[in-house]
Amino acid sequence: MTAPVLTETVVCPLHRIEIERGVAALVGGEPVAIFRTFTGDLYALDNVDPFSGASVLSRGIVGTRGDAPTVASPLFKQAFDLRTGDCLDAPGVRVRTWRVRVRDGMVCVGTPE
Amino acid sequence: MRHVVVVGNGMVGQRFVEALTARDASGEWRVTVLGEENRPAYDRVRLSALFDGSTPADLHLGDLPSGVDLRLGTAALAVDRAAKTVTTEAGVLAYDELVLATGSRAFVPPISGADLPGVFVYRTIDDLEAMREYAAGRSVGAVLGGGLLGLEAANALRLLGLATHVVEFAPRLMPLQVDEGGGAVLKNHVEGLGLTVHTGRACASLVGTEAGVTGLTFADGGAVDAEIVVIAAGIRPRDELGLGLPLGPRGGFLVDAFCRTEDPAVWAIGECAALSLDGADGRTYGLVAPGYAMAEVVADRLVGGDAAMTTPDTSTKLKLLGVDVASFGAADGPLDVVYHDGAHGLYAKLWLSDDAKVLLGGVLVGDASAYPTLRASLGGPLPGPPLALLAGDSAATPLTLPGSAQVCSCNAVTKDAIVDAIKGGAADVPAVKACTRAGTTCGSCVPMLKQLLNECGVVQSKALCEHFDHTRQELFDIIRVRGVRTFSELITGFGRGRGCDICKPVVASILASLTNGYVLDGEQAALQDTNDHFLANIQKDGTYSVVPRIPGGEITPEKLIVIGEVARDFGLYTKITGGQRIDLFGATVEQLPQIWRRLVDAGFESGHAYGKALRTVKSCVGSTWCRYGVQDSVGLAVALELRYRGLRAPHKIKSAVSGCARECAEARGKDFGIIATETGWNLYVGGNGGFRPRHADLLVSDVSTEDLIRTIDRFLMYYIRTADRLQRTSSWLEGLDGGLDHLRDVVYHDSLGLGAELDAAMAAHVESYADEWAATLDDEERLSRFVSFVNAPGVPDPSISFETERGQRVPARSVPVLITGRPS
Repeated sequence: MTAPVLTETVVCPLHRIEIERGVAALVGGEPVAIFRTFTGDLYALDNVDPFSGASVLSRGIVGTRGDAPTVASPLFKQAFDLRTGDCLDAPGVRVRTWRVRVRDGMVCVGTPE
Repeated sequence: MRHVVVVGNGMVGQRFVEALTARDASGEWRVTVLGEENRPAYDRVRLSALFDGSTPADLHLGDLPSGVDLRLGTAALAVDRAAKTVTTEAGVLAYDELVLATGSRAFVPPISGADLPGVFVYRTIDDLEAMREYAAGRSVGAVLGGGLLGLEAANALRLLGLATHVVEFAPRLMPLQVDEGGGAVLKNHVEGLGLTVHTGRACASLVGTEAGVTGLTFADGGAVDAEIVVIAAGIRPRDELGLGLPLGPRGGFLVDAFCRTEDPAVWAIGECAALSLDGADGRTYGLVAPGYAMAEVVADRLVGGDAAMTTPDTSTKLKLLGVDVASFGAADGPLDVVYHDGAHGLYAKLWLSDDAKVLLGGVLVGDASAYPTLRASLGGPLPGPPLALLAGDSAATPLTLPGSAQVCSCNAVTKDAIVDAIKGGAADVPAVKACTRAGTTCGSCVPMLKQLLNECGVVQSKALCEHFDHTRQELFDIIRVRGVRTFSELITGFGRGRGCDICKPVVASILASLTNGYVLDGEQAALQDTNDHFLANIQKDGTYSVVPRIPGGEITPEKLIVIGEVARDFGLYTKITGGQRIDLFGATVEQLPQIWRRLVDAGFESGHAYGKALRTVKSCVGSTWCRYGVQDSVGLAVALELRYRGLRAPHKIKSAVSGCARECAEARGKDFGIIATETGWNLYVGGNGGFRPRHADLLVSDVSTEDLIRTIDRFLMYYIRTADRLQRTSSWLEGLDGGLDHLRDVVYHDSLGLGAELDAAMAAHVESYADEWAATLDDEERLSRFVSFVNAPGVPDPSISFETERGQRVPARSVPVLITGRPS
């Protein structure tokens, strides 16, 4: 059995991500949306909005629904749970989440979870 | 096919034709309408609006259904009932059924001098126009009659700038509607406006020369000067056609509960009918609601229905000389409750049954806000303690009314019908209006419609979203009054959680309206929708479109060339918009600053096509070139667009200016539209295209450019302060308590004293406007967000691809859409 290869892509300095907004990055050729919440947590999701096929989730509005931190697709406004990638407006629809952390002030994205 | 001839094209005749056409699904009936006046049916109830800014065209009731043969300027001269024919000057018409809707004429008492020049009646548009013309340059007028019509005429003279006397034979004003106490309060109001009231006095004669009337004398001695006299002493049914049919004791064609005369093929409706129910004497009704009810009954009968009249509701609510007056039900009863506040000019009286449990009737003067609830409670239990009801603070709601209670008396809509419509999905006042017709005539029941919506729980907690329990208007006030400057401050103090795609853009818009700073600075950046965040319009494939401002649709060839060159160099799909500008599609986020660098250098500014803000002020070419134009519509459109550019609002705002009444700029389809007149401008508000098109309503007419701009300033600021999220001006206006009149009072007559504040708010906007794109290009920090990938600047988004259609680049059809449809 082979241990999973843990790779990380350094994306940008943390300050490049405004509080309660997102940025998009190319990670291994795939578009990933990285969000920074009011509480300072970072989350990363697939950037492609499953409802439109457009690579836009990073440009949605970040907020909360109940306890869940969310982003709303900028096209048709469906909300996604930043922690799980679940769409909160369409049961069964989800996008992948990606590992993300800050190291030495830089935002690093790992692999899909 | 059978033929019905309608004699009369007034409000009731018109309603009959509409009702018959709506019911006659099989097309059994051919309809011919004879109208004596030269203009099609108009809203006679609102006749006095001609003196308050409206034009005859504004009173037009709408076109008759297609296929109806309307003959204007054609009086019926004689009817041969045996041969079933009507004779007009143009010939003889055969009918199967004849509907008489001839209405009334003004009653002129037999006094000497009534035929002098300068003596008018108050009945038709022509009467009012002649009156207006004659009044020019004169300074004193008198009205004979202190009833409803007399007070309307008195207000007309007052608005024409004349010192005005009102002469009423009865001991009080409006003797038919109010009692003595109410009459006294009313008189105080009227005298407070500078009119002179003579109650309990009879006019003996009108005096004057061949040149015109100069005054009047009283039967008890004394006289007053008057250079113009309006006789408003009542109306009489137009029954002179006779036909050999029985008439009521006070005139009018005698009809039964089906509105049928003695001749089964002849019907009479409206003010010319003397309705006899259960063998009682025939009685005429000078109100539109009973007339509408009669029209509906006859229409129903003609298609085989069994509708019949019940005792008509004679309740009325009106605003005369700025005073609310309402009366409903009986004017007598075993018990009464009186509320009299002379200091504030308020008077109310209710008549109750001897056990004080049943409301029989009442009168309200000064404040008629309790009218809808009280009128709907007639004949039933009071929905609350009487004085609490009159004071307007009771817990009474329409749900305590029985289901059969008529909420809208103009259109005979019961509470049950409204509740059914709400349960059937009508979720706001405009939807209930469209579904039931309730609230579409006089509008006095609109507050009850709102209450019913609330009570049915359809509406909708007023909470904006899960994060705020407030409406947009409340948030606006909180932010303004408390001086809140950030979203965090607001949500910490007044909300919960961290917001969402609903509340954040709302707060961003309010902050922008109030502070007018750069919309992407500091925390505000996180509140903006992607459109405002990138100052461009997102499209389905994640690219953006760019719309430079072209004020008034006027553009130089050089600037047009720049747009063409930019579009060519960036490969942008190019389309002319409906707002007279040019939309460039297919820009990626990193291209936006490059595109705008070139546009700004060429003198363009943001067109705010991406914002809930002023979009365009469209114009026709106007008097500069057009042989019909009477004003410089392009000049005004450019000035207005530059004045209001960048103004953030609850929704987008569109405008247009037409240089003449031909209206080539389609101004009446806009949030605010201006149409030139020979001497100024008419301002229309509350129009839009979109899902539910609506023509704008005339707010003020023939105003100077200065008055026009001040009125628009206030209209826009009042809308921005009080509308709901994503509410266009049309539905805002329809839901506004008091509707168009209230709006005119606030923004034109400054009834709330808000004028100076609204003016200052607009002045601050105009003063601080700066182009968002120029401000963005000047700042490296602001530019840094325009990248597709933060770790690969310059790498375009690989998911975006194009193909070519009709010579231009469009999104590739092969973009995989993983899931179609949207959550509800």
